[in-house]
Amino acid sequence: MLGLTKKDATLLLVVAVLALCAPFILNPFPEGSAMAQFNAGYPDLMQRFVIFGIFAIGFNILFGLTGYLSFGHAAFLGVGSYSAVWMFKLLSMNVIPAIMLSVIVSGLFALLIGFVSLRRSGIYFSILTLAFAQMSFNLAYSVLTPITNGETGLQLTLQDPRVLGQSVSETGGIPVTSLFGIELRSTYQMDLGAWLFQFNVGYYLCAVMLLLAFYLAIRIFRSPFGMMLRAIKSNQHRVNYTGLNPRPYTLAAFVISGMYAGLAGGLMASMDPLAGAERMQWTASGEVVLMTILGGAGTLIGPVLGAGFIKYFENIFSKINDNVLHGWFSLLPDGLENLIVGVLHPFIGKGWHLTLGILFMLVVIFLPGGLVEGGQRIARLFRRGKADQTDTTTKPAE
Amino acid sequence: MSKTNLTRRGVLKTGAVAGAGLALPTYLSAASHSGFTNAPTGSTVTLGFNVPQTGPYADEGADELRAFELAVEHLNGGGDGGMLNTFSSKALQGNGIMGKEVKYVTGDTQTKSDAARASAKSMIEKDGAIMISGGSSSGVAVAVQGLCQEAGIIFMAGLTHSNDTTGKDKKANGFRHFFNAYMSGAALAPVLQKLYGSERRAYHLTADYTWGWTQQESIAAATEAMGWQTVNNVLTPLAQTDFSSYIAPVLNSGADVLVLNHYGGNMVNSLTAAVQFGLRDKQVNGKNFEIVVPLYSELMAKGAGANIKGILGSTNWSWTLQDEGTKAFVKSFGTKYGFPPSNAAQTCYAQTILYADAVARAGSFNPCAVVEALEDFEFDGLGNGKTFYRGADHQCFKDVLVMRGKENPANEYDLLEIVEVTPRGQVEYAPDHPMFAGGALGACNPGA
Amino acid sequence: MDAIILQILNGLDKGSAYALIALGLTLIFGTLGVVNFAHGALFMIGSFCAVTLSKILNLSFETIDPTRTDFLGNPAKIKTPYIESWFGPETGAAIIDWAVPLSILFSIPIMISIGFIMERGLIKHFYKRPHADQILVTFGLAIVLQEVIKYFYGANPIPTPAPDAFRGSFDFGALLGIDPNVIIYPYWRLVYFAFSAVIIGGVFAFLQFTTFGMVVRAGMADRETVGLLGINIDKRFTIMFGLAAAVAGLAGVMYAPINSPNYHMGMDFLVLSFVVVVVGGMGSLPGAVLAGFMLGILESFSSMNEIKSLFPGIDQIIIYLVAIIILLTRPRGLMGRKGVMED
Repeated sequence: MLGLTKKDATLLLVVAVLALCAPFILNPFPEGSAMAQFNAGYPDLMQRFVIFGIFAIGFNILFGLTGYLSFGHAAFLGVGSYSAVWMFKLLSMNVIPAIMLSVIVSGLFALLIGFVSLRRSGIYFSILTLAFAQMSFNLAYSVLTPITNGETGLQLTLQDPRVLGQSVSETGGIPVTSLFGIELRSTYQMDLGAWLFQFNVGYYLCAVMLLLAFYLAIRIFRSPFGMMLRAIKSNQHRVNYTGLNPRPYTLAAFVISGMYAGLAGGLMASMDPLAGAERMQWTASGEVVLMTILGGAGTLIGPVLGAGFIKYFENIFSKINDNVLHGWFSLLPDGLENLIVGVLHPFIGKGWHLTLGILFMLVVIFLPGGLVEGGQRIARLFRRGKADQTDTTTKPAE
Repeated sequence: MSKTNLTRRGVLKTGAVAGAGLALPTYLSAASHSGFTNAPTGSTVTLGFNVPQTGPYADEGADELRAFELAVEHLNGGGDGGMLNTFSSKALQGNGIMGKEVKYVTGDTQTKSDAARASAKSMIEKDGAIMISGGSSSGVAVAVQGLCQEAGIIFMAGLTHSNDTTGKDKKANGFRHFFNAYMSGAALAPVLQKLYGSERRAYHLTADYTWGWTQQESIAAATEAMGWQTVNNVLTPLAQTDFSSYIAPVLNSGADVLVLNHYGGNMVNSLTAAVQFGLRDKQVNGKNFEIVVPLYSELMAKGAGANIKGILGSTNWSWTLQDEGTKAFVKSFGTKYGFPPSNAAQTCYAQTILYADAVARAGSFNPCAVVEALEDFEFDGLGNGKTFYRGADHQCFKDVLVMRGKENPANEYDLLEIVEVTPRGQVEYAPDHPMFAGGALGACNPGA
Repeated sequence: MDAIILQILNGLDKGSAYALIALGLTLIFGTLGVVNFAHGALFMIGSFCAVTLSKILNLSFETIDPTRTDFLGNPAKIKTPYIESWFGPETGAAIIDWAVPLSILFSIPIMISIGFIMERGLIKHFYKRPHADQILVTFGLAIVLQEVIKYFYGANPIPTPAPDAFRGSFDFGALLGIDPNVIIYPYWRLVYFAFSAVIIGGVFAFLQFTTFGMVVRAGMADRETVGLLGINIDKRFTIMFGLAAAVAGLAGVMYAPINSPNYHMGMDFLVLSFVVVVVGGMGSLPGAVLAGFMLGILESFSSMNEIKSLFPGIDQIIIYLVAIIILLTRPRGLMGRKGVMED
């Protein structure tokens, strides 16, 4: 199917089902129940899962295949966001030209930085990319404020020209982003008993983009080009000795992954038309590295899992406060309730960083292949269980 | 997971019923029927408190959160009622807001506009918050204010000092109780003139981002108007931790006053460096060298330790004020938490009370009704004397405090003393003042 | 001219902090081959050793003074440090005043034990793992360490002043016979520079002139061969990790009076120190020190008004700009060895 092997097609199908049914899957707990705190099925977070998934898939094309560890990938995401917002300001609120421009601009920016940085390898390459990204961030925050609006981030205003659209909407506000007239923020709500499911246009646009990005990534992984990149990762010298120049291949991978980042940035700006400079800071670049390693570098699905994992903690755990905890354990006797809340207190709310740090360590210590390896181990456990079963059932027959 | 499966089966079975549920397109979140976003339907109403919980401003965020919790307690009729007893408007009765119990959700802004917007969005989309408040920097305030305007809910800004928040980035759904850089300049200048004379040469170090620039512009304009010269204005990178290379040239520049347009960690580090270089012990142009920190915060004063002694700055409010509102607030805050509140805490407390009161007076949670109730609202008893919420730009006007680092603190909280309470009339400006020009409130947005 | 002398002093001062951190990083890199993202956290913990000691020295008992009231109108509690009641107010106050220098003694055993525990408990298991895994686990550790510090000390900076004797600044102008007040420099920053020179000298002497150091250097060059010679290199590497932690910690202790310590100061230094190490060249100790001082001085010069008016914002990016130029002209940084961390 679509030029994929059966296994890859199954994987793509699984991702497609997960992405399209996410509003159900991520909202397993009924509204108003104590566990509703853990629901992640609201548009903003779902969009973030998918957008950072795209970002991490792109990063993995570079890092997972060639082994080049870029520490400045957030710069491409930031540049993509700025281009998209400028498109909204100047042209129209339709997201298609904005996303196209952000992919193109990020691609060009990646070509420039990649051309220079790929002259070095290993940690020297990492530091070069880091240096470019930090320069972009520092300048965007200060000197380039006329273009980036610095600290606040680039926003839409009522005075923007928007030559193909309108500066001010009928109600006197700033017009909203749309896809050929369909507002991205419109959400269909489905009340099902105690459950509330939200189907957001913007989310589905992101989800479709994710599927395209994922499909493309599979094709790249399985193509001769992908094989070439793996060859470079395993032994660059040998590639050199066979008379091949690895540079064009690595540069192509770098630009492709930069364009993925640009796509993510463009989508992010389409969902919420604001582009902040912090998107380009080294911590943001570090985050995508962590997502990829955490999920499983070099695997297709790993980076998406890692992205979801980190964004989930950032958005869900940071919102749990002592009040919420007391609500959960209010049925227990007072002394016990206070004890449990006291024990959990350092790990929630303002302590979400601590929880995340501990989980990073646990995952990398016990699952060297990342979350994907965790999944494989569980799968193997089940398969072994099944194999044992068939064993016991067949034996008596002998 | 089993629940999910159940639900999905449920979808198929009750296709027709679900179809009816699906038919309503709504924006952002529940209860579109009342004509505005997140209209409270049950017996409770949810407010969103979005403060920095990680990063350098986490302690300030924690203090804001304490004030919010206290405000919610008082609104629901708990505790001793705090400033509800001294507030000039008597619309609130301690039974929540319009009889609905106040619930709240909290989030982490990380002092980044992106993260703050994500957190605010989740409050709007997931928790159904009807109002968002908090924050500890102007970038975040402007970003979240823009979001609230689009989503159609009210934003009651926390600590934000940049002129832009109610200047070029003002929004109809956003309100600021805190003072701003222009007011700091207007309040500080006469005191500086009185204490240091009008023949001074000032050297500015300015944090290189929008807040820093607006403050520098405001202070320079105010001091130049009374005869000071601005020798130099040097922009310092936000990420700078060691300011020695910016401080070292100051003494040889011929300046005799150093103005530090820094906040938070930047302010602590630049002030510490300036004191280390012995600037305050020097004589230049036959005058004692002086340092000014236009925007003070109690927490940062604590971080700078003994270095703040004798240094002038301004604050929005101080727990050492002696009016009834302040005394009531300090008493309930101090009794609950064991230490006095910061001026960030006071502004967050006041904003929550002001919002609740506006809803009660308007008789509706509809943002447009709230906006109308808050615009040109005059009140007293929330700690700053007579205060006016101007309708033209949604900025509060009230007395501004000029503060000085205390030489002999009586205890660990007693770091700043009031030098002068600058009356409201002196810090007022026209809504179209050039430092605030370039923006428009637009129309209030009730969402869908 | 005086402006240039001042900025050279500033550069040396900044450079000494960079050099000390980069030195520790390179020790770990060069000997163990581990990318340690938790090194900034070690620096931060060093600073908090100073904070902790001054807190311990300030441990107080409370007496109620009925003549005064606190902010709520209750009778005020007066705190008296135990130290002052044991040694008398004057000696006690003097001991508290000298908290930061005393923390040097206090921090060495703490930092070395933290280093040992980290290496034996965690890093040891990552020698054979890819660098990416090392980055992830040490980054996780750095977050955990800083969050633990935040939990106990809060996010606000904590003022930790130098002893009174070192307050104020030294007037070079008077010394050189030019105008007074032109070239002044704070005493404590001069102390910091001297201190780091001593530490850097000490580490080099230790590696150069002791048998232990010789073995470690051999191990850095070729670990396998040294192992084959029957030398227990692992044990020595553990000690090296402890040493590197101590160097980072001491850099932090002495830095506490310069900038009030806060829990994320390590992260602020982390990226910068990696840039310094790489510009110096992977695995080269002299390279790390050289790059530290060079970047410190360049950073100071870039903040001069004359230069800033020519290139606005140059001080924001100078470090990265220099890093790019050096890495493009010298493939392995200033003094890097071939083949180290190049794959």
